[in-house]
Amino acid sequence: MSTLISSGTIEQKSRKGFYAPLFALWAGMGSIVMMFGSLTSAYIVRQGAGNWLEFRMPDIFFYSTVVMLVSSVTLHGSYWAFRNNREMLYKLLLPLTLVLGIIFVIMQYQGWNALYAIGVALDGNPGGSFFYVISGIHAAHVIGGIFALTVALLHAFMLPYKPTEKRRRRFQLVLHYWHFVDFLWLYLFLFLLIQ
Amino acid sequence: MSSSHQHETDVLIREQGYDDHFHEHHHGDKFQSNFITHYIFSQDHKIIARQFLITGIFWAIIGAGMSIIFRLQLGFPDDSLAWLKPLLGKWITINDAGVGALNPEFYYALVTMHGTIIVFFVLTAGLSGTFANLLIPFQVGARDMASPFLNMLSYWFFFLASLVMFISLFLSTGPFAGGWTAYPPLSALPEASSGSGAGMTLWLVSLTFFVVSVLLGGINYVTTVLNLRTKGMSLWRMPLTVWALLVTAILGILSFPVLVSGFFLLMFDRGMGTSFYLSEIFVNGHALENVGGSPILYQHLFWFLGHPEVYIIILPAMGLTSEVLSVHARKPIFGYKAMVYSILAIGFLSFIVWAHHMFMSGVNPFISNFFVVFTLIIAVPSAVKVFNWISTLYKGNIRFTSAMLFAIGFVSMFISGGLTGIFLGNSAIDIQLHDTYFVVAHFHIVMGIAAFFGMFAGVYHWFPRMYGRFMNETMGRIHFWMTMVGAYAIFWPMHYMGMAGVPRRYYRFDTFDAFSHFAGLNQFITIAAIIVFAAQLLFVFNFFYSIWYGRKMTTQNPWGANTLEWTAPIEPIHGNWPGNLPTVHRWAYDYSKEGADKDFIQQHLPLTDKEKAEAEHH
Repeated sequence: MSTLISSGTIEQKSRKGFYAPLFALWAGMGSIVMMFGSLTSAYIVRQGAGNWLEFRMPDIFFYSTVVMLVSSVTLHGSYWAFRNNREMLYKLLLPLTLVLGIIFVIMQYQGWNALYAIGVALDGNPGGSFFYVISGIHAAHVIGGIFALTVALLHAFMLPYKPTEKRRRRFQLVLHYWHFVDFLWLYLFLFLLIQ
Repeated sequence: MSSSHQHETDVLIREQGYDDHFHEHHHGDKFQSNFITHYIFSQDHKIIARQFLITGIFWAIIGAGMSIIFRLQLGFPDDSLAWLKPLLGKWITINDAGVGALNPEFYYALVTMHGTIIVFFVLTAGLSGTFANLLIPFQVGARDMASPFLNMLSYWFFFLASLVMFISLFLSTGPFAGGWTAYPPLSALPEASSGSGAGMTLWLVSLTFFVVSVLLGGINYVTTVLNLRTKGMSLWRMPLTVWALLVTAILGILSFPVLVSGFFLLMFDRGMGTSFYLSEIFVNGHALENVGGSPILYQHLFWFLGHPEVYIIILPAMGLTSEVLSVHARKPIFGYKAMVYSILAIGFLSFIVWAHHMFMSGVNPFISNFFVVFTLIIAVPSAVKVFNWISTLYKGNIRFTSAMLFAIGFVSMFISGGLTGIFLGNSAIDIQLHDTYFVVAHFHIVMGIAAFFGMFAGVYHWFPRMYGRFMNETMGRIHFWMTMVGAYAIFWPMHYMGMAGVPRRYYRFDTFDAFSHFAGLNQFITIAAIIVFAAQLLFVFNFFYSIWYGRKMTTQNPWGANTLEWTAPIEPIHGNWPGNLPTVHRWAYDYSKEGADKDFIQQHLPLTDKEKAEAEHH
């Protein structure tokens, strides 16, 4: 019986397969997906029950979405520059990404103010409450990404420029997370837009 | 096992093991330099496992102690509880005749805290926290977890959650009292009851920390299993403990965030004036402004975690049981692959049955049908597992150690409790049985007692691996028999009460004509509960006594088990193996193999020429 399981030759697996911290990050992102999946599901369920406030999304959320998308492009550019020995470009695009990230959060805040100005309050109809909560919890995850970018920035300017494998992988963690919160927002934005 | 054999194991690992340049990375053992980094803020999975276990034992005593107090109330509602005044203070009111009565509000708080503590702190953190930490790195042949630092944080977030919950027990308004499921509006309105104010706030804070702990731990466990297996440890060679703990961790990563979503919305309802769960409510004669919320929404979010949660509790116990049964029956686990597929099937199905907790909440009966079908389908992989456990025992060379007794007891409990699940899974029968003692009996047997049995089996079996000593077998067997008989004495009669419609969570029944004839039965249950509680104190004594005075482990592999944790040195070291990691050549269940000179062949032993020939033949 055992021979069925441990059949013959030993599989020679690479002990250096997937980069474990990156794997852990993806597992963590999976759990964040479940969180927003449940919030948007709750949104749909509650909306289906009626007594739902319809309103037009303030324009500033369109602009903030563009800022977020651009920040992904700049970070990817910085990562590409890091790998291809373009030190100046790397050190230019990384702070730019950080600034764009901060601008995004500020614009979200202004968006909430704009919502409040048109009469959609957090403590009003759940149609508005959901908008605040979903975009708010997303903004909290972007702030987490801003901290990660800050660490990457400290690496960039405090350490001598050396595109080693170890530093590339650390940078890659930040890159993946930032793309993640970017696409997460794109999903949430489109969801809130078409609902 | 002879010491010469031990020598062979060490030589084998040294010569044929996998060289991961361990000592080049760790100059000396810098991680265990002093008391604080070794025992308190430890990053060693073996120490963290013990921290989870001992914290879990602490909570188990408190959680079970609470049940004794409310069982006294249910069994002897007219007797004086004045003697509890020194412990419970103002929650015992003494009348002019000197008879002390338990405050009804505090009765609900005790019931609520009992559930919260046992479900989350004991059977989630105490069970999978302990054994995932202890066994995953050992059994896959890793030096430690993928991130020892996050692993340490996982424990300390659990500690923080524990601290906050513990403080909530001493609030002047009492801990939360609206049931462990924390349904709104009782949980959403601070003015709804005395425990709904500060008590509920601390409950939410505590459980949010707890979820952080589960996620940090779970991410680590999954990453370790999938990335840090030693050479030759393919997925299909992993022991069932590791499979079960892997799926448990995946369930936690996917379901706990949903609970947090529900908690966030609850926090907004409590603090920010939103109406996610609240609509048209009167409190103390005043209408609240909240309009448009739905309490059912919370139930969906809660049970989307809540149902996987019961498998988060039972799967590790199943894994431990499978391993202990196989080792002590000296037989390969029957149907290894079927066991793995059953674990995966149970894990998958657990996500699409949550509404069977909500049949009576007004969900559409046609939607209920969907959940009934999938709930009943869970019986299939569960039955496969039970069949395989029993087949593993069949014609085994059984050693009735305390660990083995508890593993067999697990199978018994899982069958008894699982069968009543088939009743409750039917939405039509649930109309009668919902919120009665039948439900209480069902889940206590199938995920309370059974999970404890799996945990006890694991503690008795792996105690030597944790502390280098054995637990006392005589006390272990007394513990088993008292618990086995006593647990059935407690919960079996509850089925009859439930079928008669006796509702759960009531403060007393003697004032209801329909239920007052159960007074004798309630007394019987209470007395049985006290005896079983005493047996658990015997276990706790045995546990701590054996840490310092137990029989010493003199060989690395006292049970004659195949898994890798029994190839590591008796005196545990940081990094688990000195020098090379063991290389794995076979699955974990080569027991009583034909033609072998011993009744077990450890995983790191190379295939013999005969085995190689057979393998090619297949």
